[in-house]
Amino acid sequence: MSITRRHMLLLLPAAAVAWKHVLAGTPGASPNYKMSEHWWSMLIDLPKCIGCGNCVRACQSENDVPDGYFRTWVERYHVTDYDIENPHVDSPGGGKMGFPPAKEEGGKNFFVPKLCNHCADSPCTQVCPVGATFIGPDGVVLVDPKYCLGCRYCVQACPYGCRFINPKSNTAEKCTLCYHRITKGLTTACCESCPTGARQLADLKNPNDPIHEFLKTHSVQILKPSMATHAKVFYNGLDGSVR
Amino acid sequence: MPGVEGFMYPNEVELQWSVLIVLYPFLTGLVAGAFILASLERVFQVQEVKPTYRLALLTALAYLLIAPLPLQLHLGHPERSYEMYLTPHKTSAMAMFGFVYLWYLMAVLVFEIWLDYRRDIVVLSQSTTGWKRLIYRVMTLGSSNISEHALKVDERVGWLITLIGIPSAFLLHGYVGFIFGSIKANPWWSSPLMPVVFIFSAMVSGIAAVMLLYMLLTWARKETIDMRCVDTVARYLFYTFIIDFALEMLDLIHRIYESDESFRSLDFMVHTKLYMSHIVVQIVLGTITPIALLALTQVLRLGEMSRKRIYAVAGCLTLVGIFAMRWNVVIGGQLFSKSFLGYTTYKMGLVTREGLLVAIVLTFLPLAILWVLVKLLPPWPEKNSSAVPDPAPAH
Repeated sequence: MSITRRHMLLLLPAAAVAWKHVLAGTPGASPNYKMSEHWWSMLIDLPKCIGCGNCVRACQSENDVPDGYFRTWVERYHVTDYDIENPHVDSPGGGKMGFPPAKEEGGKNFFVPKLCNHCADSPCTQVCPVGATFIGPDGVVLVDPKYCLGCRYCVQACPYGCRFINPKSNTAEKCTLCYHRITKGLTTACCESCPTGARQLADLKNPNDPIHEFLKTHSVQILKPSMATHAKVFYNGLDGSVR
Repeated sequence: MPGVEGFMYPNEVELQWSVLIVLYPFLTGLVAGAFILASLERVFQVQEVKPTYRLALLTALAYLLIAPLPLQLHLGHPERSYEMYLTPHKTSAMAMFGFVYLWYLMAVLVFEIWLDYRRDIVVLSQSTTGWKRLIYRVMTLGSSNISEHALKVDERVGWLITLIGIPSAFLLHGYVGFIFGSIKANPWWSSPLMPVVFIFSAMVSGIAAVMLLYMLLTWARKETIDMRCVDTVARYLFYTFIIDFALEMLDLIHRIYESDESFRSLDFMVHTKLYMSHIVVQIVLGTITPIALLALTQVLRLGEMSRKRIYAVAGCLTLVGIFAMRWNVVIGGQLFSKSFLGYTTYKMGLVTREGLLVAIVLTFLPLAILWVLVKLLPPWPEKNSSAVPDPAPAH
């Protein structure tokens, strides 16, 4: 049977839907997931980030993030020589559709993906009046939308601007490290969709995780260390101008 | 993006706390300030302010009853707010505030008012008729003993409650300051001075409000304003205001001299988006002007009418200035990015749930409650003795 253009038009959307599931992988069973055996974090290898916005799109589609709000986003920094304290930063649409060509000449340009830092001493969980947001034994900071009052105190307390109020549920929302995936042995949507491997999910309690070797051999930093939040998103090659 | 200058983290563009959250510390401040003024007479024996004592207590109650409303209206899920009492999160300043509020309302304010009015309530429950009688009988809580001994006990207990009430009032509003001051992510808020500044600004606003209400209500009742009382209240307002202003200036000078990483961003904001509300309204119009006016009454020998007019203008400007201070703390603290690289704009709705109209209603609703309270529990001795006649013989 020859494939006509009509057949092709019918097949393409079906293939696109199927491809999405192929990419998502087969979810494994999670009954054996033991929270106390994990301490999740993420490694972001900044020199590898090309600002394509795949991670933002994948996150929004995986987690049904409302338009205009972001569980993860990408910033583009432009830093001129001798003016590290005044970087020019943009993030059009959270970097979801990539970035237009840089206007500024001279200096350097680089991309910085951002997400919840899943801080071990998180100010957001500290201030929640009912404990609706909490850190699990596996190091993931989560929000219980059935319990959250929507008082927005946690949004104010986050130094990184990672939280928002979901306009549909009127509750606080943020990156969950794709908890529904990682508890099934999968990686996060952003890590899976990153074409250069700039984002890597890491389990600090797993002695075989390559993160241990990476942390030993690279100069790695966290965002805003002065906040003493014990952030668990590690950045390789982080420029001093990044806020 | 419209309304945004420079770079904001994408989730920061929308402000989280609206004009209702501005209103909330303003209202609780009036409560704490009014109560502290009332305690001057009770604990510190400042007899001159006696005419304002009961009015101050009723004002505090009227404002305290309405204070949680802006919070409720602001919550995404107000129906879950009771969880703060059932399952409070012990590390949360906001959760603990619920208990401070309840303590202050029930253990201090309502109890003190009841003790102070108990004799009147018992007498009114016997002298009135119809539904009024029923209300007063309920308010006696079954105790109609107004013997000399019983009233003496009331007096002693009331004094003790006021004594406990002073630190409680400090706690109430200092705690509101702590809710903001403990947010380390926000340099505009994060300051150990914040609770102290909140307490003193609360005293300033509460004293000004009671002074204005006393003058207004006395004028409305066609009575003579007790100038000895108003002069004393104004003097306390003047002293408290100077301490409040000094604390705020200390905070400002400290920030300017330290010039940490956030300073340039905050400085830019004060000179642009907050210029009108911070420099013009709060500092010049709402602080320096009333302090200067009150200082005039302290150093010049002015006539009674001039003093009354000055107190009225200074009182109004004080309230405007303290409201502007709350505005600059709450709204100002959200106009800049935590990246210190950009600024956003606050767009206030008009008839939305957290809009201007609701804010105006909530500002004046306590006055309606005060009107009812004043009708129910007259804070001044009545000209004709029909309202509170001599007590019946003790049972």
